[in-house]
Amino acid sequence: MPSDSSTTASPYAKPLPKPTPLTQPFWDLAREGRLAVQACRSCGDRHFPASPVCPECLSTDQEWQVVSGRGTLVSWVEFHRAYWDGFKADLPYRVCLVQLEEGPLLYSNLVGADAGEGRVGRPVSVVFEKVTETVTLPKFVLA
Amino acid sequence: MMSDFQDLKNMVAVVGVGTTRYGSFPETDEYGLGAEAFGKAIADCGLDKSQIDGLLVNRIPSYARMGEVLGIDPRWTITLPAHGRMSGMAIIEATAALATGRAKYAALIYANIGRSRRVNYGGDESPNIWDPWGMTSPGAAHAMMFQRHMAMYGTTTRQLAEVSVAIRHNAGLNPDAVMRKPITIDDHEEARRIAAPLGLLDYCLITDGAVCLILTTAERARDLKKPPVLVSGVGGRDRFRQSALGTFDLDFWHGPIRESGEESYRMAGVARDDVDVLMSYDNFSPTVLFSLEGLGFCPRGESGRFVEGGTLKVGGRLPTNTDGGHLSNSYMQGWALNVEAVRQVRGECGDRQVPGCEVAQYIAATVCTRSIIYTRG
Repeated sequence: MPSDSSTTASPYAKPLPKPTPLTQPFWDLAREGRLAVQACRSCGDRHFPASPVCPECLSTDQEWQVVSGRGTLVSWVEFHRAYWDGFKADLPYRVCLVQLEEGPLLYSNLVGADAGEGRVGRPVSVVFEKVTETVTLPKFVLA
Repeated sequence: MMSDFQDLKNMVAVVGVGTTRYGSFPETDEYGLGAEAFGKAIADCGLDKSQIDGLLVNRIPSYARMGEVLGIDPRWTITLPAHGRMSGMAIIEATAALATGRAKYAALIYANIGRSRRVNYGGDESPNIWDPWGMTSPGAAHAMMFQRHMAMYGTTTRQLAEVSVAIRHNAGLNPDAVMRKPITIDDHEEARRIAAPLGLLDYCLITDGAVCLILTTAERARDLKKPPVLVSGVGGRDRFRQSALGTFDLDFWHGPIRESGEESYRMAGVARDDVDVLMSYDNFSPTVLFSLEGLGFCPRGESGRFVEGGTLKVGGRLPTNTDGGHLSNSYMQGWALNVEAVRQVRGECGDRQVPGCEVAQYIAATVCTRSIIYTRG
């Protein structure tokens, strides 16, 4: 007997970001396929995640700067345990730590058919994965 | 007028220690466990509870409830959150408080009911900004660091296994340890991966239990039941600038460990080679390697080779975590390691006793790194 559920897309079951006024611009830019970090208009420091004041000079005069999306693989880990049910189907999945050309460090996922070739120090570049109507996640592939 | 913390050398002593059994105790809670450890600790030093006028609680939800349960009204109270880094910090802060007369006898109580409550240290229990990418748990952050250590220095998981194997060996000599069955390097390699390159045998246990230490001034300590163990040197460095990455450090906290260690050796007036037994915070096995390098027991990048051949076993070149540590004894977040340091210096450790132990070091390599040197009073 045909089932109605076979035609229903399963809802996205992984944790979603919880944007705040401070972080909303990051997610808005990601949705447009652009990766951004916070930059201080006063001293030029670039940082991520967002901070209410510049951690270098304490200025509140900050903006979001779109970055190249290029970086270096600092390290990575392969999860064999799912802390959320939504990740079970992906096991094992790779989380990477990337240092952007512009300086800041961020965790993301290392994806792509050759992700298993990842080595510390290898160049990576950003890709964007639209996971819901409102959320796009920046991820990385080997460059 | 005191000018330097270094002047507190040997001014404060640990005079009483108490530990509960470790395991799963759903029938009780933090207060029941904390009270049991407290009762054992005051019996250990021969004090009456009415003499306790300082109370520090860690991972216990309410300091007021703890005081109520123990029936004490101290004049100095502090509560610290449930992070492993807090144990060393607690002992150092209590040392300062006692040396400056804030209290005469302080009880430091830690309790953990995480086993019964099925705490799993990741996921929605500890939300963070990386959840959408599935990055969660301190174990994964340590796996990231070890992956990097392997790439930079050629360290292998078989070398990492030496940490878990040696500490399990030590646990086998401790009748109170939870995991006592010997393991081999192959067992370590074949164990279920959790956050590769780390597997099950690289992870600490999760156990219920409690620990209590009673501290007082060295002067008052002379009148108590057991020989005092002096807090001879302490050191610490914090590194908050990349806290968003969790318990991760690009440089394996090498600088903070080195500086904390040197500060504590200098204050105690001992050299690294004087350390008879090392208590190295082992939330995950790589932390021990980073600690050995930071303290300078081996050159940078050579900890893998250093631990080969049973270096860390009782009877080895540098007996480490002689009670079985977090990997095999209990998950008391540094507290049980400090008790073990005291028991080693007292010579109370039975089969796992390091002969002639006079100097014990505690090191916790983390976001708030702390080193403590204990010596015989």
